[in-house]
Amino acid sequence: MIELLAATPQTSTGEAVAFWCLAPIAVGAAVMILLSRKAVHSALWMATTMIVLAVLFIMQGGIFLGVVQVVVYTGAVMMLFLFVLMLVGVDASDSFVETLRAQRVAGILLGAGFGVLLMAAVSRATFPEAVGVGAANDAAGGHVEAIAEAIFTRYVFTFEVVSIVLITAAVGAMALTHKERLTPRRPQPEQSVDRIRSAHPTPHPSPGVYAQHNAVDTPALLPDGTASEASVPDELRRQGTVRYTELEAANRRADEDGERE
Amino acid sequence: MNPENYLYLSSILFVIGAVGVLVRRNAIVVFMCIELMLNASNLAFVSFARLNGNIDGQVVAFFVMVVAAAEVVIGLAIIVTIFRTRRSASVDDPNLLKL
Repeated sequence: MIELLAATPQTSTGEAVAFWCLAPIAVGAAVMILLSRKAVHSALWMATTMIVLAVLFIMQGGIFLGVVQVVVYTGAVMMLFLFVLMLVGVDASDSFVETLRAQRVAGILLGAGFGVLLMAAVSRATFPEAVGVGAANDAAGGHVEAIAEAIFTRYVFTFEVVSIVLITAAVGAMALTHKERLTPRRPQPEQSVDRIRSAHPTPHPSPGVYAQHNAVDTPALLPDGTASEASVPDELRRQGTVRYTELEAANRRADEDGERE
Repeated sequence: MNPENYLYLSSILFVIGAVGVLVRRNAIVVFMCIELMLNASNLAFVSFARLNGNIDGQVVAFFVMVVAAAEVVIGLAIIVTIFRTRRSASVDDPNLLKL
C-alpha cells in the first residue's frame, strides 16, 4: 500500500480521505498548543501534531522520514521537553499578564497577515504535475538506498557539518547545565562514620502503611499508639503536611492548647 | 485532491507556530512553537520532493530535523540554566540587561 502510494503520480482517493481526516487533527492540535494554559498539555498536543505529520510524510513517499519523525521528534525531542518541564515544575503555567500593551492582538494580526501572504504565494505559484518519488527510488534501487546515496554523495559535506553541529550542541548542553559544587564532597566512608557517631545509627522507621494510604506522609505508629516522628521526612514536618491519625491529631491539638495556656 | 493542499497545510501550521512564538510567554511553549514551524517547513520540503519527483527535498528535511534536535538540546539547556538562577521559565523575566 505504501509502495503504491509512493509510486502513484497523482493523489488517490485514499490519500485524499486520509489527508482530509488528518489535516484538521494537525491544525486543531497546533491551535491547542497555543490555547493550553499548562505547558504539559501543550507538549501532548505537540506530540499529536508530530505524529500526524509523520503519517503525512509517509503518505507522500517519505517513509524513512516518517519513521525518523516518530523516533526523533515524538521519541527524543518531546521526551526532552517533558523532562525539562518536570525539572522546571509542571505547575509553571503561563502568566496571562501582557507586559507590552496589545501584544497579543498585534501578534495574531501579524500572524494572520503572514498567513494570507503565504497562502497567496502558494496559490499563485504554478507547480509541475506531481510525479512522486517512485522513479527516484527505483533509480537507486530502493527508498532508503536513494536517501543514503543522496546523503553520502551529493550532501556529504552538509552531513559532516550537521554532525559537527550535533556534537557541538551536546558539548554545549553539558557545559551550560554543569553546576559548580558549592560545598565540599563528603565521601561514603566519612558519611558512614558520621552516621555511627550520630544518635540514630540504624535506618529510620518506615512510614505507616494503612488500607487507605501507603504514602510517606503517614507516620508509623509506635506500640503505645502515638506517631513516630522519625518515620516521616523532615521536609514534610516542616511544611506541616504530615497525615496523622485522627486520635493523634486530637492529642496534638490538646497538647498545643495546653502549651498556650 | 490537489497535492498543493499539503503546502496550504504546511503554511497554516507555520503561521500557528509563528503566532505562538509572538503570543506565549512560557519559554518552553515558545520552543514548542519553533519546533512546530520547523516541522511545517519539513512538510513543505517533503511535498516539494514529491511534486518534483526527486529525493533531495526529503534529504533537506532530514537535515532540518537534525538541526532542530541540536537546537532543542541547546535551547532547553539555556532554559534550565535561566530557571536555576531566576526561578522562572517566562520569557519576560530575564530583563537584567534592561536599563
